[in-house]
Amino acid sequence: MATSAPAALRKTALNAMHRRMGAKMVDFGGWDMPVEYSGLIAEHMAVRTKVGLFDVSHMGDIQLRGPGSLDAVQHITMNDVSKLQEGQAQYSAMLYPQGTFVDDVIVHKLSPNDYLIVINAGTREKDFNWVRTNVHRFDCHASDYSDYYTQLAIQGPRAAETLAKLTKVDLSTIKGYWFKWGTVCGLANTLIARTGYTGEDGFEIYVPSDVATSERVWNEVLEAGKEFDILPCGLGARNTLRLEAGMSLYEHEISETINVFEARLDRFLKLEKGPFIGSEALKQIAAAGGPQRKLVGLEVIERGIARDGYPVLDLSGKKIGVVTSGSPAPFLKKNIALAYVPSELAVNDGEVAVEIRGCAVKARMIPTPFYRRPKKTA
Amino acid sequence: MAYPEKYKYTREHEWIEVAGKVGIVGITDYAQNSLGDIVFVDAPKVGTKVEKDAVFGSMESVKAVSDLYSPVTGAVTEVNEDLKSSPEKINSDAHGAWIIKVELSDPSEVASLLSAADYEKFIAEETAK
Repeated sequence: MATSAPAALRKTALNAMHRRMGAKMVDFGGWDMPVEYSGLIAEHMAVRTKVGLFDVSHMGDIQLRGPGSLDAVQHITMNDVSKLQEGQAQYSAMLYPQGTFVDDVIVHKLSPNDYLIVINAGTREKDFNWVRTNVHRFDCHASDYSDYYTQLAIQGPRAAETLAKLTKVDLSTIKGYWFKWGTVCGLANTLIARTGYTGEDGFEIYVPSDVATSERVWNEVLEAGKEFDILPCGLGARNTLRLEAGMSLYEHEISETINVFEARLDRFLKLEKGPFIGSEALKQIAAAGGPQRKLVGLEVIERGIARDGYPVLDLSGKKIGVVTSGSPAPFLKKNIALAYVPSELAVNDGEVAVEIRGCAVKARMIPTPFYRRPKKTA
Repeated sequence: MAYPEKYKYTREHEWIEVAGKVGIVGITDYAQNSLGDIVFVDAPKVGTKVEKDAVFGSMESVKAVSDLYSPVTGAVTEVNEDLKSSPEKINSDAHGAWIIKVELSDPSEVASLLSAADYEKFIAEETAK
């Protein structure tokens, strides 16, 4: 039987721009995306100390509208949507009935009958089908707006100063996980959200996805950030930044076989809000004494770099778990990892080993996030 | 990036410069560019025997780990200690930042390595894949 040709990679509106600017491109979940421009470490440091710009248009956007949209979003996500005010967003997740992850998401309350759910790139079709299937009994309509937006993330301590040059909106009035609509680069009603995936202050803006507009805004942001030494950044830095910040990545720390308690995301789990998909299973897990395994932060204390998929061993050499994400941390300048280990062994300062290419290399369990941005003193 | 004609190359992206019985080994610019920021070089100790086409060490970038393959058989006579504190020198000057020096046990092995022109042809094919 003939096998079908591999599907062509999907491209964002900025694909040609990335290539013109000399970015190194990779296949990321079926998307042809920039992994780095000037170099991963330089980009990572730009975001920690100055400002960086990311094309994150591969992320998906699902909008739920109608009188039943609040109940629908409550039903399909684990956080309490009724607590959101208009203009506020929350980190959340869509769960399977067994309490494991369909995807992690950010829910934005646009108006009382209108919610925007931002989802991951690799799970776009799965997520939209999941949403459509599970909200049909509610009085609302789900639309996939993923291809309508070019989503740009402007991240770093100078992000606000950079974006302020392109909009009249008083950005100081947008707190973390809030958003406003305003004119950006001359584009009216642009969604400006103070969100991100880097552990830094920053904004995500959603502009029309035609190539001309997308490229114009991309260039204007780079121009505005020039005085702050802005760098265009790739997904390589995005990954190390989120890892330092202890944030989960789908198919790594969270997946359809990992539940909310295991991933230690239960601070975003609101079982008291009433039943929703996954709540029954999670109540039972809690009643049974919690999860069997837990996500922990690791700092490799001997020489070696833990990588995704490497086995975690106890000090006698027995395999007890697995690394879900591991990398040198460019800002912290140590080798860090996130890993699953049995709950009873998950203790701060506890020592384990990571099997790195056949050698047991010692690592210490440390609290996450590994990196926390400094509080503003001004 | 020009690939020096005085070097010979492997399909695993190492270069070697041979003078008499001693070969100087590094990785190519193509290799450093695909690895990205190099943060750690694991090179063998002086005296270690290395074998043609066998792994003699590894190199870690932020993104990934990659094995180093020896272009020739022989014994390590010197290790570039500079790379311990400054592995990024491979990124800035891959064809200058050597990793090990090897005393060749069979200098005729060099004949089987790629010339600069053949290597450039090889990476052009790799890139087109």
